[in-house]
Amino acid sequence: MSNSQAATPQYEYGVVKQFAVMTVIWGIVGMAVGVFIAAQLAFPALNFDLPWLTYSRLRPLHTNAVIFAFGGCALMATSFYVVQRTNQTTLFAPALAKFVFWGWQLVILLAAVTLPLGISTAKEYAELEWPIDILIAVVWVAYAVVFFGTIAKRTTSHIYVANWFYGAFIITVALLHIVNSLAIPVTLTKSYSVYAGAMDAMVQWWYGHNAVGFFLTAGFLGMMYYFVPKQAGRPVYSYRLSIVHFWALISVYMWAGPHHLHYTALPDWAQSIGMVFSLVLLAPSWGGMINGIMTLSGAWEKLRDDPVIRFLIVALSFYGMSTFEGPMMSIKTVNALSHYTDWTIGHVHSGALGWVAMISIGSIYALIPWLYGKKEMYNVGLVNTHFWLATIGTVLYIASMWVSGISQGLMWRAVNDDGTLTYTFVEALKATYPYYIVRMIGGLVFLSGMFLMAYNVFKTMSNPATSGNTAAQPA
Amino acid sequence: MTGIDFTAGWVNGWIITIVLINLLGCLWLLWWTRKRPDDTIKEGESMGHSFDGIEELNNPLPHWWLNLFYFTIAFALIYLTLYPGWGDAKGVLGWTSVGQWETEVEKAENRYDRLFEEYAQHSVEKLATQEEVVKTGQRLFGNNCAICHGSDARGNVGYPNLTDGDWLYGGTPEKIKETLTNGRGGMMPALGAALGEDGTKNVAAYVLSLSGRQGSGDAEAGKEKFNMMCAACHGPDGKGNQMLGAPNLTDDVWLYGGTEATIIETLNNGRQGKMPSFKDQLSPEKIHVLAAYVYSLSN
Repeated sequence: MSNSQAATPQYEYGVVKQFAVMTVIWGIVGMAVGVFIAAQLAFPALNFDLPWLTYSRLRPLHTNAVIFAFGGCALMATSFYVVQRTNQTTLFAPALAKFVFWGWQLVILLAAVTLPLGISTAKEYAELEWPIDILIAVVWVAYAVVFFGTIAKRTTSHIYVANWFYGAFIITVALLHIVNSLAIPVTLTKSYSVYAGAMDAMVQWWYGHNAVGFFLTAGFLGMMYYFVPKQAGRPVYSYRLSIVHFWALISVYMWAGPHHLHYTALPDWAQSIGMVFSLVLLAPSWGGMINGIMTLSGAWEKLRDDPVIRFLIVALSFYGMSTFEGPMMSIKTVNALSHYTDWTIGHVHSGALGWVAMISIGSIYALIPWLYGKKEMYNVGLVNTHFWLATIGTVLYIASMWVSGISQGLMWRAVNDDGTLTYTFVEALKATYPYYIVRMIGGLVFLSGMFLMAYNVFKTMSNPATSGNTAAQPA
Repeated sequence: MTGIDFTAGWVNGWIITIVLINLLGCLWLLWWTRKRPDDTIKEGESMGHSFDGIEELNNPLPHWWLNLFYFTIAFALIYLTLYPGWGDAKGVLGWTSVGQWETEVEKAENRYDRLFEEYAQHSVEKLATQEEVVKTGQRLFGNNCAICHGSDARGNVGYPNLTDGDWLYGGTPEKIKETLTNGRGGMMPALGAALGEDGTKNVAAYVLSLSGRQGSGDAEAGKEKFNMMCAACHGPDGKGNQMLGAPNLTDDVWLYGGTEATIIETLNNGRQGKMPSFKDQLSPEKIHVLAAYVYSLSN
């Protein structure tokens, strides 16, 4: 386990620290907006009759903030750290890395201003208008140059698996973003997609599902492949499994988008392909879960002692659960019940809260003491409290949305003996009301943990060094 | 049934090729890695490289996982053959989503139409007294009409109350069915420019006086203008005209509100009412039953 650190390069940690801190801050912002719009669904008066606070404008703000601000910062922080350490070389073009940080923060601020103003392309997860899209593309290319430049000047013979996943995430997100955002500008704040009709829908969901597959899965698997073995102090379970599931995952994901468009104007053959590839995706997805969880074999007792390991392993469990749920929901007969219901929202959040947020939070808790030369977080007990808040919040959220979503699906399709629908839309809405409140509470519980994290991270950073050696990175 | 030309012909071959390459490529990957990549390293031992202290073991792929992977690939190949999937080729089963929809509609019609045809044998007035029929009509109302007229049918601003016996186009069974089948388009022209500010105020005062109230304008002067510009539709006595859907202005029932300010707004800007036609969504027999429910609300 312990390689000597004789010729340790002077790693560039400044940008890693910046992104790590912003991960926590944007996490709080994005999740707070989420809790607010969850409350609006239960209590619609909370839009205060102000256009900037309506659900329709804040919902994209929430998704953009948690995916691209919180998730994006977590991915950039960890990838800049991991790519240096596993390739034993310093960051390529550190000035460009600074540009990536400030450029990305500018993108987030522009999103936070334009979305409440109602400036939107109306493409889900790609709502930002064309000038911001161009800025994203520029920042993203700079990110790719820094990341792949660092790999190019590596001093190791092989490229570690975490970098494959980060690399696939960076290349594919560039491709997805540019292709889906192609548009004809009309004014500075308005553009029209170059695609039309069913083609536009297909491009949008090719983008949308691969944003899940590459931004929210491949990137975070890269994170998992470094922080799980590192924190557990165990070797990765199977090198072969990592090869198979990497190539299978990134190729098969590309086809899964049409399952968002079942029973629509999309041609039947495209829907069939979307469904079967979603099912084939089950094994490659689980490959990552198996490799992560089995890495802990021989060190299971750490689950008892180390709340950071708990975050990482529970994240993998939620990952396994939602990547089972996803293929099931892509089966047309299941989709006929689940589509357009809250079940979908629950599914997204078992991935977003259970997997993406938990693996990020665990990784940041591991990373912060390493970056600031501390033995561990300022208050490990608080990390454990945060773990339970996050777990309970996630379970409340997804369980309430399962019940709500399946109720909706069943109520919408219930038919009387005379062939009329048993329930009106409003009756189904009324039935979901209690679950909207449970969902709001779940979100609030999850959010409260983030405040503990902010406090704990701040105290860890500002306390005098406990280990007395800033170079004391885990070997 | 014509298909949708989503792609040009050559794309089909291209799609089939890359789908096959992807699925068979997965199989090849599984076959290739089932063997140890390097025979010198025993199973369960380290691959020998270390990245920042992280090593990787040479463990085999779990059997149950491999079988799951094989099963899903086999399922994919079979499904794409049975259902549309290889480019735009029709599947062996001949299934289409349009076909599935048509089958379901036919099944539903066979099952439920007899009931509605039986109901349609009886008059609306008679059906309106039968609880079971009214309930069926109410369910149709809940899913088709309640979004505008409210689930209690008491309407909303711009959407008539259907329970008060006050009818814009007539409340006989025939008229209700006509409204449901063909829809209605209400049209109050904007008169602000023609009347001028004072004229509008005076006409509003006269309209208010018809239901025994007073406005800030001169009702007598307003009456003169009313007879010139409004009486053609609303009648010289202001009692309206159901042929045109012109509301009765004397009964203190207001579609858009009866305050002076709202009446002035109506006069200035006009109103456009729109009751949609339901003949494409509901069969004549269902419209008959729905009419019985609406009729029962005020009779």
